[in-house]
Amino acid sequence: MQMKFPYSFPLTRAFSLYLGQIAFLAGETFSSIFLGRIRWRLVLNQIVEIGFGSQAVVIITGIFTGAVFTAQIFFQFNALNMSSAVGPVVSIALCRELGPVLTGLMVAGRVGAAICAEIGTMKVTEQIDALRALAVNPIDYLVVPRAVAMMISMPLLVGECIFFALTASYYVATRILNVNSVFFMQHMWFYTHTKDMVMALIKGFVFALIVVFVGCQQGLTTSNGAVGVGRSTTEAVVISSLAILMINFFLTMGLNIIFPAGGKF
Amino acid sequence: MAASTRKNLIEVSDLRQTFGSQEILRGVNLDIPRGETTVLLGQSGGGKSVFLRHLIGLIRPLSGSIKVEGEEIAQLDERELEPVRRKVGMLFQDGALFDSLTVFDNVAFPLRERGERSEIIIREKVARSLELVSLEGQEQKMPSNLSGGMRKRAALARAIISEPACILYDEPTAGLDPIVSDTINKLIRRLQSQLQVTSIVVTHDMISTNHIADRVALLREGRIHFDGSLEDLHASTDPVIMDFIEGRSHEID
Repeated sequence: MQMKFPYSFPLTRAFSLYLGQIAFLAGETFSSIFLGRIRWRLVLNQIVEIGFGSQAVVIITGIFTGAVFTAQIFFQFNALNMSSAVGPVVSIALCRELGPVLTGLMVAGRVGAAICAEIGTMKVTEQIDALRALAVNPIDYLVVPRAVAMMISMPLLVGECIFFALTASYYVATRILNVNSVFFMQHMWFYTHTKDMVMALIKGFVFALIVVFVGCQQGLTTSNGAVGVGRSTTEAVVISSLAILMINFFLTMGLNIIFPAGGKF
Repeated sequence: MAASTRKNLIEVSDLRQTFGSQEILRGVNLDIPRGETTVLLGQSGGGKSVFLRHLIGLIRPLSGSIKVEGEEIAQLDERELEPVRRKVGMLFQDGALFDSLTVFDNVAFPLRERGERSEIIIREKVARSLELVSLEGQEQKMPSNLSGGMRKRAALARAIISEPACILYDEPTAGLDPIVSDTINKLIRRLQSQLQVTSIVVTHDMISTNHIADRVALLREGRIHFDGSLEDLHASTDPVIMDFIEGRSHEID
C-alpha cells in the first residue's frame, strides 16, 4: 500500500502535532494573561509551591556543582600555573550555562513532574471536566497561575543557584585549594559582566516556559487512569529535560550574538 | 408529535458521535421538557454518559444539533459555552470533587468563581446547600475522607449551589447501597419539587427510575429506542423494553 507523505513519517507527524499542541496551549495561556484572567491568590500559592519549595534542591545543586567544578578547573589550570583564572572560568560557565541548565533540569524533575501528576490526576478523575462544567476554563484556573508563578520564580531560582555555586566555589578555591582570595575575587569580578547574568536570567525564563507548558500539556492529555498518570509524568520530565538541553544550545548561539562573550559591559 | 408542543429546555436532533471506529451515537433525537425529570436508560457502555456530556459541550458532536433554551451549542468553543454551563449543573459519576479542597471550599467554588466576595453570603449558601443534601457538619472534611455516597451528595451540593435551571446526573446511584441510593433518589425528587429544576438522569437502575422519572427514554445501539412516560414504559410490550425492565438476558444458564 502506498502511503502519503505525512503518514510515511509517523515520528515527524507526532512531533509536529505535539509542538502544535504546546504552541496552542502557550497561545491560550498568554492570551489569558494579557486579558487579565489571572487568579493572583493561586499564583501566590504556586510561587510558594514552585519557587519557595524548590529552593533546597536548587541550593544544594548549586553548592556542589560550584564546588566540584572549581576543583576540576583548579586541577587542570594549576598544572599550567593559571590557578588565578579559576574564578572567572567558573563564574562565566555558571552564569552562561551551568546555573540555568542545572536549575532547569532540577525544576523539570521536581516541579514539571508535580504539575503533570496533579493535572493528570485531575484529568483522569473527571475534575477537569468538573471545572469545565462549572464554567471555569481549565487553562485560566490551572495553567495560567502555574505559568505566571514559574516565570517569576525561575529567574530568581537561577540567580540563587549561581550565588550559592559561586560562594561554594570561593570557599573551595581559597580555603581548600589555597588559591589567592584577592586574585580569585578580582579576576572573577573583572571577567564576569552584567550580560552574563542577563543571559542566565533569560535562559531561566525560557526554561520556565518549557517546564510549565510541557508539564501542563502532558497533564491535560493524560488518559488511562493511574498507569496513564505515571506515564505522562515520566514523559513530562524526559521531554522537558531533553528540550532544555537542546534549546539551551540554540539559546547560547542566539544570545551570544546579542551578548558576545568577553569584552566590557 | 407531543414533544414539539412541550416547552423544551434542551432539544437534541440527529446527534452523532464516534470514538475511533466505534459509532457511539447514531442519530439521537430527544427533547428535554422544562421542569420535569427525564431518565435516560440504557445498557452500560451504551453511550448514555457520552450523550449527557454533549448537553453542556464537554464533548463536541461529530454532527447534529443541540439547543439549550433555543441556543445552538454544538459548534461553540470553550469560552462561548461558559454562559450555557452556568445554567446547567452536573453531577459526575464519582462526584469529581476537587481533592485539594475541603467540602466547604468545593461547594463554595462555583460562587467564588462567579465573583461572590461576601464570605457571609457564601457561608449561608453553602450551609443551605449542605443541609439540602443532609451533609451538615462535614464542611471541613477532605473529599478523600468521605464515603462514596457522601462524595456524591457533596458534589450535588456543589452542582445546585448556584441554582441552575437544569441538573444532569450521571449514574447518581451507581455503586451505592440501596439505602444511600434511596436517599439520593429522594434528594433528586426533593430538588425537583423545591427548586423546580429540569433534571436529566442517566442510569440503568430501574428502582431509581421508578422513583424519580416523569419521563423515560431508552438509548439502544446509539439511538432512542423509546421515549415516553413511566406508565408507557411499564405498559410496553416491546421485548427489548420488557427485557430491560425485568433485567432479563438471553444467555443460556
